[in-house]
Amino acid sequence: MFGFPILSTLIWLPIIGGLFVLFIGRDKPSLAKWLSLAITVVTFVVSIPLWTNFDTTTASMQFVEKTPWISHFNIMYHLGVDGLSMPLVLLTTFTQVLVIASAWDIIKERVEQFMGAFLIMGGIMVGVFVALDSILFYVFWEALLIPMFIVIGKWGGKDRVFATMKFFIYTFLGSVFMLVSFIYLYFQSGSFSILGFQSMHIGMTAQILIFLAFLAAFAVKVPMFPVHTWLPDAHVQAPTAGSVVLAAIMLKMGGYGFVRFSLPITPDAAMTLDWLVIGLSLVAIFYIGIVALVQSDMKKLVAYSSISHMGFVTLGMFLAYDIIQNTGGIQGASLGMEGAMIQMISHGFISGAMFLMIGVLYDRMHTREISAYGGVVNKMPWFGFFAVLFAMANAGLPGTSGFVGEFMVILASFKANVWYGIVAASTLVIGAAYTLWLIKRVYFGPVSNENVAKLEDLNAREFAIMGTLAVAIVLVGVFPAPIIDVMHTSVANLLVQATTSKL
Amino acid sequence: MNFVIPSFAPAMPEIVLLVLTSLLLIADTIWSKRFQFATYYAAQVILIVTAVLIFMSFSSEEVITFNGSFIHDSFADVMKLFILLITFAVFLFSREYLLQKQFYKGEYFTLGLFSILGMFVMVSAYNLITMFIGLEIMSLSLYAMIAMRKDNQAALEAAMKYFILGALATGMMLYGFSMIYGATGSVQFDTISGVIASGKVDSTVLSFGLVFVVIGLAFKLGAAPFHMWVPDVYQGAPSSITLFLGTAPKIAAFAMMYRILVDALQGLSGEWQSLLIMLAVLSLIVGAVVAIVQDNLKRMLAYSGIGHVGFILLGVIAANPDGYSSAMFYTIVYAITGVAGFGMIVALAKIGNGFDKIADFKGMNARNPWLALMFLFVMFSMAGIPPFIGFYAKIVVLEEVINAGFVWLAVFAVIMSVISTYYYLMVVKAMYFDAPEDSSKVEPMSNQLNIVVSIVAISLLVLGLMPSSLIDLAYNSL
Repeated sequence: MFGFPILSTLIWLPIIGGLFVLFIGRDKPSLAKWLSLAITVVTFVVSIPLWTNFDTTTASMQFVEKTPWISHFNIMYHLGVDGLSMPLVLLTTFTQVLVIASAWDIIKERVEQFMGAFLIMGGIMVGVFVALDSILFYVFWEALLIPMFIVIGKWGGKDRVFATMKFFIYTFLGSVFMLVSFIYLYFQSGSFSILGFQSMHIGMTAQILIFLAFLAAFAVKVPMFPVHTWLPDAHVQAPTAGSVVLAAIMLKMGGYGFVRFSLPITPDAAMTLDWLVIGLSLVAIFYIGIVALVQSDMKKLVAYSSISHMGFVTLGMFLAYDIIQNTGGIQGASLGMEGAMIQMISHGFISGAMFLMIGVLYDRMHTREISAYGGVVNKMPWFGFFAVLFAMANAGLPGTSGFVGEFMVILASFKANVWYGIVAASTLVIGAAYTLWLIKRVYFGPVSNENVAKLEDLNAREFAIMGTLAVAIVLVGVFPAPIIDVMHTSVANLLVQATTSKL
Repeated sequence: MNFVIPSFAPAMPEIVLLVLTSLLLIADTIWSKRFQFATYYAAQVILIVTAVLIFMSFSSEEVITFNGSFIHDSFADVMKLFILLITFAVFLFSREYLLQKQFYKGEYFTLGLFSILGMFVMVSAYNLITMFIGLEIMSLSLYAMIAMRKDNQAALEAAMKYFILGALATGMMLYGFSMIYGATGSVQFDTISGVIASGKVDSTVLSFGLVFVVIGLAFKLGAAPFHMWVPDVYQGAPSSITLFLGTAPKIAAFAMMYRILVDALQGLSGEWQSLLIMLAVLSLIVGAVVAIVQDNLKRMLAYSGIGHVGFILLGVIAANPDGYSSAMFYTIVYAITGVAGFGMIVALAKIGNGFDKIADFKGMNARNPWLALMFLFVMFSMAGIPPFIGFYAKIVVLEEVINAGFVWLAVFAVIMSVISTYYYLMVVKAMYFDAPEDSSKVEPMSNQLNIVVSIVAISLLVLGLMPSSLIDLAYNSL
């Protein structure tokens, strides 16, 4: 619309703004903070037209920008969104505002570098979701590691260096194979265009290898069992804002990768190997859920719960093949796929909220051990209210966003195979168990010690952040139709692509 | 016998460089007492004059002169321009470094110019003898430069090591040259390749010759397993000379490899491919693994350089013009990154006991956030993380390797580059995550060096965002 490059603005405004904050914010923390907040708010406002002007009747790319970038290899600066990526872009710009606000009083050291790093990350993350050229995608995908590496390593906890190294090397190792696949596909198709990759024929052996290379990249990012071990480390050591970005947005890149690359580019391999992804997803849902139950560190508990919930995303996406085999139509398959997409958005809100909650407690008590708490709600009634709401959403209570996605995926998995359904549904018990037990031990009961007795309730800033997230979670839970509408056409198109043989 | 006067025009830059440098050598003895920096400024002017001459005679046409021993083409021009550009930066750094370390002498710059002359001859050589002469001019000047700091044990040891191993390598290469001459009956590149194509050669002798030549090349490039001299020499040599050694001669050595393996021995590409694969694989391993345990930054960068040579070899292994272009692009990018990396060490050399341990960089972000950011650019560019130019260098090479059918080699290379990321990250860790041992501010020797380091480091990012022109340059000049 109006030829205004919205997507480029969403990428470059935060990046350039971030560099600006980095250079002028030295020794002026409050200037750095206000400027960063202004930039994220403007970015969010600019991203709203993506929603309001979105054409839900087409699965083709919208708000497209395309200019040659590296002409010798036919690499384009090609951006665009469809129903799969647009909600994720909005999730990113929305979360960025909360993240900046959440770090307001907490970060005391090198504020301008912290804010700058987060702004730059914000722009890069939008870039990942809107890039339609695979090299451009890869550039954003990898570049994201640099600011996150610095954020965890500099503002993180005691073992931050180990955690950030592990994070970087793990994700880097996962993604280099994807790069090799891109180059291979380039020689087959003559360009690096993702849409071009989606419409070309590839032999079975090549498909399997490419699928596995993609799986290495995306499974690490999601993260899927058994390559999830970097996540608890990174989460526990990262500052609150870093955890929020990691959980709310970065993990979604893995899920997004599956729908943008794995399913449409290598459908036959995906069909052959769907048991692998489904199996790992079920392990994540069940086993990691049990692991979450025994954690004594709140952040670790939420990190494991994240992995378990992301299992629903990958499960919902790869159920499609079994459902189609059983029912012969894509109707049921789209239930699973849309459930997975909703789960991504909802998990963005809920995991962000959970980590912010822990951040609130940690700022006051400087410990994340569950045993150090007890009876918090007596001293922090408002906080208790939000905490219980978020916990219910995390456990998948109807009326919250956590319910919608999980329920859709569980329904779909019953259509695929009763056993899948039973294992997936176990999360309703396990998820409720670890979340409610957490709530019970931390919030309820008598005030356990004098540190808890000294706690003060949320201040206005924290209240605003929590309130915004609570509204979003309930809104999506009660009225998910607008999001489903947005992605419906794209999901249908994706399923056609994912089930059309490309041999 | 007729004597035909050859056309001098294609070699004009070399001739001018030689004449001016010789004059400078004389002038230096006269004016060095009175005007301390006259030789330095004159050397920089000579570099600029030579660059202008090359620029004016730039043409994509191939001209061979001096009875078939000298070639002028766009590849040579591009390589020479980058050698000059890099040397210009090296001289900037050197003057202040030499003053700081109190061994400033005018000869340093004249020797530098002579070594450039040698590199030029290597880049443009079109027969084996010219190539050998160029190599010797370059190497002898470099030996002398390393040994210039007479009071420093480490530097003298480095010079000795470089000299002895360099001589060994030259000997190997010369032996190989003689075998190739024996098998083909000519020293001239086009004749050699013609004879090989005709098939009327003794292939045993030729193969032996090839092996010796490749060994010599590997020595000069610093490819494993002929890399032993690299870490010792890089660490022992005065930093400004390490900066020089690690950058410009790499370009010349790449050009030499291209001229010999491609212009002369393209017909044997099947054989040298397998030799180079071995060298590349070993270099990648050494570059990735051994660098991890280094605590001296110069030594670490030396090992990392061995890994980068592995990547350069990968491009050549593709054995087609696009592959050579990708290797050329990688070489140029590596040299530019090296200027920023070693340049940073030179610029900070006055602090403490020389600023070349990784531990010295602890808490850099607190001591000078700007320089920390610049060095972060260098480290991530060397690691090949986008959006820095080092990423494109890697991807371009990988592309050609995959296109040539060596997918396994590409996969191996990316795994090695993931491993090597670790030690680059350790430097970033030291700068950003560790507390400084000494909280005083870190300043470069002068503002001028600060600006030069910053420009080179920022160019890594800018070129990374807009890599198209540099890629086109490499692909169009071959």
